[in-house]
Formats: sequence, C-alpha cells, structure tokens
Amino acid sequence: MVVASGKGGTGKTSMVSSFAALTNAVFADCDVDAPNLHLILKPEITEKMPYEGMEVARIDEGKCIKCGECERACRFNAIENFKVIEEKCEGCGVCPLVCPVDAITLHKRVNGIVYVADTRFGDFVYGILSPGEEASGKLVTMVRKKAQEIAEKKGKDLIVIDAPAGIGCPVISSIGGTDLAVIVAEPTMAAIHDMERILKVAEHFNVPTVVCINKYDINEEQSRKIEEYCREKGIEILGKIPFNKKFTEAMVEGKNIIEYDEELGKIIREIWNRVEKKLGERQKEKT
Amino acid sequence: MIITVASGKGGTGKTTVAVNLALAIEATLYDCDVEEPNANIFIKADLQKVDDVKLMNPVFDLQKCTFCKKCAEFCKYNAIAVLSSDVILFPELCSGCGGCKIVCPYDAISEGSRSIGEIYHGKNGIEIYQGVMNVGEARATPVVAKLKEYVKKDGISVLDAPPGNGCPVIETMHGSDFVILVTEPTPFGFHDFKIAYELAKKLDIPAGVVINRYGVGDDSVEKYCRDEGVDVLMKIPYSREIAELYSKGIPFASHIPEWRKKFQELYEVIG
Ligand code: SF4
Ligand code: SF4
Ligand code: SF4
Ligand code: SF4
Repeated sequence: MVVASGKGGTGKTSMVSSFAALTNAVFADCDVDAPNLHLILKPEITEKMPYEGMEVARIDEGKCIKCGECERACRFNAIENFKVIEEKCEGCGVCPLVCPVDAITLHKRVNGIVYVADTRFGDFVYGILSPGEEASGKLVTMVRKKAQEIAEKKGKDLIVIDAPAGIGCPVISSIGGTDLAVIVAEPTMAAIHDMERILKVAEHFNVPTVVCINKYDINEEQSRKIEEYCREKGIEILGKIPFNKKFTEAMVEGKNIIEYDEELGKIIREIWNRVEKKLGERQKEKT
Repeated sequence: MIITVASGKGGTGKTTVAVNLALAIEATLYDCDVEEPNANIFIKADLQKVDDVKLMNPVFDLQKCTFCKKCAEFCKYNAIAVLSSDVILFPELCSGCGGCKIVCPYDAISEGSRSIGEIYHGKNGIEIYQGVMNVGEARATPVVAKLKEYVKKDGISVLDAPPGNGCPVIETMHGSDFVILVTEPTPFGFHDFKIAYELAKKLDIPAGVVINRYGVGDDSVEKYCRDEGVDVLMKIPYSREIAELYSKGIPFASHIPEWRKKFQELYEVIG
C-alpha cells in the first residue's frame, strides 16, 4: 500500500511513522527528493547502495573546436559557451553524437543512495536523491525493489510506501502497481485541489483509493467539501484527525504519535484497523 | 529582479509567501509548481490558456524502417521497443531528446510532438502566469522551462517553486537573483531546508529564510541560520487566523495590513 497526498505537508509522513508501530510490514520511504521518515524511524543502516541514474556529459576542452553543434542539439539547454551545466544535463547522449571531433563523453555519476536499515519497528528501506537530480522515478523503483526483496526474504506480506508530493514521475512510480492508496487530505482549498489531482493519477493507474482528512477542524466547511466530493466519487473516508500541536511536539522528539500521546494515538490506531480491513478485502478480490 | 520562493519540504507555506509577497510589492507571479499549481486559488484571476507545452516525440515511418534497433539501443530512457515488424514508443518515458532521429541510419524517424502541459495567464490586481502539467505525465521540468519563457526581464517577478529538491526546482531557481527559502521550525522542515539551501548555494544564488509557523517545533532552523550566516528575513508566527484565512484561499497580507507592510519591507531588504 502507499500513502500519498498530492500537496506536501499534509501529515503523510507522520501518519506512516505511526503505522510503523502498528504493523509488522516493510516500510519504504519513496519521497526521495525530500525524505523525512528516517527522522522518526531512526534507522540503523545495514546496507548502502549507490544509485546511478543518468550520466553526465563532459567536454574535453583540449579537443573542442567550439563549433557549437552540441549546444544547438541539446534540447535541455544544458550547454552554454561550450560548457556543460551539470545540473541541467540529463545524460541523454545526443551531444556526443553530434560532436564532429569526439570531444564529448558521458560519465557515470552517483545520483543518490538507497539505504536498507533496521528500526525499532522493523525493516525500513529509503532512498535519498542527490540535490538537483532528475529521474527520481528510477530511484523510487530501486527502493521498491529492495523493499520487495526484503519482504520476500522475511515472509512479510505488506509493504507500506511513503510517496512524494506532486503527481509526476516519482509519484507515479510510488503508486503504480500498489493495492491501495491512502490519500491524506487537508481541509484547505489548496490541498483539496491537489487531492483531486492525485486521485486522478491513482485512477489513471487503476489503484483503489481511500481518504483520511488531517487537521479536519481547521476548516470544518472545507472538510465537509472533501467528504461530499468523496461520497460522490464513491471513495471511502477512513478517518478524520483533529489539529493538535502534539503531532509537532512528537516529531520534535523523534517519536510517532502512538508513542507520544495515547488519546491521539487511538485515532490513528482506528484508522489503521480500517486500512487493514480494506487491505484484507483487496486480498480477497485478488484471489 | 527575479525572486524564487522555494522550500524543499512541501506544505511549509511557500505558496503563501510567494502570493503575499507578489501582492504586497505588485510583482508578476509565476506558479512553477506545475504538478500542483495552487497560487491562483489565492489570486482568483480569470485564467486564459496562452500556450501548450510540447515535447518532441519521434514518429516512425515503417516503410523506411528496417527494424535495426539502433534507435532503441541509443535511447537512454528506454522509451522505444523495436519488434520484428513494428516499433513501439512509450510516450511518457520519452524525454524528447531527439537522439533517435539522429542515430537512425534509414531516415525513418521524423519529429512529431505531444502536449504535456499548458500555460495560463490572468490578472486580478497583479498578473499571474501558471504552468499545469497534464495528469499522467511524468516530466515537470519542460513545463517549468516553457513557463519561464514568459518571465519578464523588467519589473519584479516572483516564482513559486515546486516542492522537493529535484530537477524542476533547479529549472525554477536557475537565473534568479534571489531565493527565499520558506521553512517551518520542525525536524522535517529543517532537514529539507538544509538541502534546499545547499542547492541555492550550488547555483550561486543569494538566499534568505522565512520561518513559517514560528513558535511550533524547535529552534534548530534559527541556530543553523546563525551558524551559517543566512539571513532570517521574516518570521510568521503560528496563528489560527492566518491558518483559517489560508484554508479559505485568502492571502493574509491583504487582510491584515501590517503584514502587507512587512512583506514590502522584506522586499526592501533583498531588493
Ligand atoms: S547529454 Fe544530452 S542533456 Fe547532457 S549536455 Fe549532452 S545533449 Fe544536453
Ligand atoms: S560539438 Fe564538440 S567541438 Fe563542437 S562545440 Fe561542442 S564539444 Fe566543441
Ligand atoms: S533506427 Fe531507424 S531503422 Fe532502425 S529500428 Fe529505429 S527507426 Fe527503424
Ligand atoms: S527522443 Fe530521445 S527519449 Fe524520445 S524516444 Fe527518441 S531517443 Fe528516446
């Protein structure tokens, strides 16, 4: 299953970190652009793998005759004044093709790292993309593959994925092929707008969805709008979580809410029970 | 003057700062968060489509093609599969690099295009441009690149960057005169803020910090800024009034005049 939100900062990671205390699954942080789950799970790293995504072009100044062919051919505007702007280069391989004097070569670069770790809640896999890199979808896939491997090895039948914000490549890679997407929404106009877009993405990839409303009491009118929208679309609402500073306090102490506050923990516990029930239903449908 | 408002972590109040700043100093606002554009929820302009974002896509002429597989072998994005009598393109994977067309020895590839997003423009008090990536598309960067073609050379432009620290964020920041990093004083906010700050440094763009929801969390952000010599430009306290205005899509600086003044002063400091 995957926990996603469209808009960032709706409390997705806090929720996943709480789920970790409630189930014996493999957890995977696929928010490779800005991973946060490890800040709560405090992993002890057992394995570290470099992620080599796209290569980068390099121009040999000694050979270059400054003809400008490469600059004209690069569709990513990654060459300026006969120099490669590494942050913009995709490693697409076009410039070496067009250079008349073979002055350009492609080089490997480490675009990120995948970590396998133990935590106080069990197995955890996460990826960190080097700042400014693209193609994080591939890194997400690498994290998911590793999580799958561990699940198979340890005989665990559930993987819980923390998805990135947005609806692009890494989000698609996080959601695609999962059995359930839990969307964490917030009752603000902006978050509702984003929730609608992420629900469309899940629909596009045939992933069933359920919704949780976080901080529902900061605007009860907007919360009702979310409920109405979901009712119309036949999407179940698994629970509503009130706004409470204790969620932030727990985060500051590096704990999840289950560990920090019994009463609020109970709300998350109930949501988790419903998620489990949903997953059970999905399992039955599939077999 | 081009000012990018970025954050690393999503949901820290980046759009709030971008919108309130643009309104206070009457700048043109560019919503570069093309996966989830939100700024116009607050500006409420009547948006008109002004452009399509197109990506080059190869078109295969099966009459000329000998199924030699050169194109598929070249493509770094695995976007082409050559079968014994057909060539299949996976359009979402194609970056539009144009390489396959160059390598094809039989001139069997021509240049088609595919729309991956749209650019909108509107005005309500201030001008706003917005990029929107189509649902199901994977590549936000070309949409940002297209949107940036509309950034005016004169006047003040405020760019609302996407969350994260990836390629679309670089594309947004690139060429800016100043980056405002919006963060919240929590471990998550701090962690992602540091990465975003490194990014601005790497691109050699001066940066300052706005701490949102000041009062919740801890003082790790402030301490870091003191140690690194980064200016804290503004602290927005956590307030139920601001949160409620936000949830309704109302920019708080147009509602609370002293904040309007504070945003103007912020601009004086960086401008
Ligand atoms: S490898 Fe591709 S993206 Fe990089 S500089 Fe060459 S043409 Fe441009
Ligand atoms: S194509 Fe080759 S020779 Fe021409 S400018 Fe580029 S690197 Fe230099
Ligand atoms: S390189 Fe050209 S001829 Fe060869 S398979 Fe591709 S399209 Fe066909
Ligand atoms: S244009 Fe580039 S990415 Fe697209 S199919 Fe051709 S080689 Fe692959």
